[in-house]
Order: sequence, then C-alpha cells, then structure tokens
Amino acid sequence: MTASRFPIEAGHIMMFARAVGDFNPVYHDVDLARDSEFGGVIAPPTFVQASAQYDPDYPLRPQPGVPWFGSGATRSGRVTDTEPVATKPGSDRPASGGTGLHAEQHFEYHRPVRAGEVLTLALRPGESWEKQGRRGGLLHFREQITEYRGEDGELVVTARGVGVRTEQTVKD
Amino acid sequence: MPLRSSELTVGLRHAVVVVDNLTRTQIVQYAGASGDYNPLHTDEVFATRAAGYPSVFAHGMLTMGLTGKMLTDFVGDGRLTRFGGRFTSQVWPGDSLTATATVTALRVEDGVRLADFDVETNNQHGVAVFSGSATARVD
Repeated sequence: MTASRFPIEAGHIMMFARAVGDFNPVYHDVDLARDSEFGGVIAPPTFVQASAQYDPDYPLRPQPGVPWFGSGATRSGRVTDTEPVATKPGSDRPASGGTGLHAEQHFEYHRPVRAGEVLTLALRPGESWEKQGRRGGLLHFREQITEYRGEDGELVVTARGVGVRTEQTVKD
Repeated sequence: MPLRSSELTVGLRHAVVVVDNLTRTQIVQYAGASGDYNPLHTDEVFATRAAGYPSVFAHGMLTMGLTGKMLTDFVGDGRLTRFGGRFTSQVWPGDSLTATATVTALRVEDGVRLADFDVETNNQHGVAVFSGSATARVD
C-alpha cells in the first residue's frame, strides 16, 4: 500500500522548503509567486518524496497500535533488549526499518508541482540486484518507480528510487 | 531568473555551500516535513546504542534537497527536467556540504534549449556524499 492521492498543500511545501534550507519565496509567498513564470507557489524538486505523509501504512512513521522501533524505556522499541524487533500485525512490512538505506533517487519532471493541486500516485517495482559491498557485507538493491499524475491524468513527475538492505550496520 | 544558454559554456562550474554545521534539529525538521521518522535519523539513543552508528545521520533525501536548492537557485524556479543521483557517503551532524553543478552539454531537443549538468555534493573533508546529474530548460 502506498498513498494513492497526494494533495499538494501550500503549508506543506513551506515546511518542506524550510527543512532543506530553501527560503526562495516561490515556495511560500503567494503574492511574489503569482508574478513568477508558473503563476503561483510551486514545490521544490525533491518535494514529491513527502507523499509518504499520505501513505496509510508508511513504516517509518509511528502508527497507532504498532510498536515503534525507536527508543523509549529501552534503547530500541522492544519490551526488553533481547526481544526481537516488532513486525506489523497482518502485514509483511516490518515495523522496523532495519538497516534499509536509500541508495539512489532519480526524478524526471514533466512540469512543476503546483500548490493546490491533487496528484495521483501509481507505483511499480523496478529491477532488483545484489552486490558485494566494501563495508557492509552483501547488499540487496531494489528499485521502485512512482508516477505522479495531475488531475487530467497527465504525467507530472516520474520518480525512481533504489533502496539497499545490508546484512550488517554500514560504518562510515 | 532562468539561465540563458548564452551565459553557459561546457565546463562552467557553480558551487554553493548548502549547509554549514548541519544540526540534529535540521535533520528532525526534515523528518517532520518529509514524514520519514526513521530513528536512525531522529533518535540518538537508537542510532548509537541499538543500531551501532556513531550518531544519528541525515536522510539521503535531505542531502538531495539541499543539493536541489543549489540547482534551482542556479537554473531558475521550476526549470529542472531531470535530477538524480546516488548517495555515496553518510552525512553526519556537524557536516558542512558544498553542492557543485558543472555544465556537461548544451543542446536543443524538439526546439527546447537544454543544459546538462554533473552534480556533486561534498562534505568538509572533500568526500562526495551525493553524486549525480541534472538537466534544465534554459532560455
């Protein structure tokens, strides 16, 4: 499951742009943005990644009724430090992010993403492969392609992400 | 302001410091905005004592977002047609990152002027943390 509907909200764009240190008014100032090439507030180039906010099952956000794998009473989300990390009931997606890391990200922009529109997401798996890592044992790579479409079905952004899972903690 | 093709030459480099002394707070700010609350990025106790890292570290997408700011300030708002790359090393609290775009080609496709760039972001030790490329529509 992933988000199928991604409302592009001006406040969300503003917060995202702040987080990446980008104070360009085209991302937050409606009056200035109106006079820009696209006639309104647009989203910065990596913003579509924040569609995770609308994924009901996103495993890297605490969920009601699901043990979180970060620290609380213990150093990880286990009742004791010897209990296995929790998995989400009724799902093959682990509650734990484990040692999964983001290896690559590629975007194709067909037009800018605009505040006020609603994008629709379609996800498809790409290739998967394995490689012997220099530092982290065997590396398992998996590619995922996400198409973001506008209200008329037109392609707005195509995103291709590659995740890698390692067999041990990657040291710098 | 969008770039003019006439202002560019192959090999031209544009480098900007996109973060100086990255804070844990900015990493958490990115977690909140993006929705990725992975405790490897947000929880020092988990990252060090459960996962065995020296500290929390930045989301790859924070590094890419910081790099994107260099690109859009350079090429103009909403002008990128392509931007991608690999996360080649981890980014830690305290790091300072410089993002660099180098013009690799100037071309016309279907009547549209395009500029291609190599994109690399390096930490204060000169180590590449993001390595990729981008294309922008230019005037």
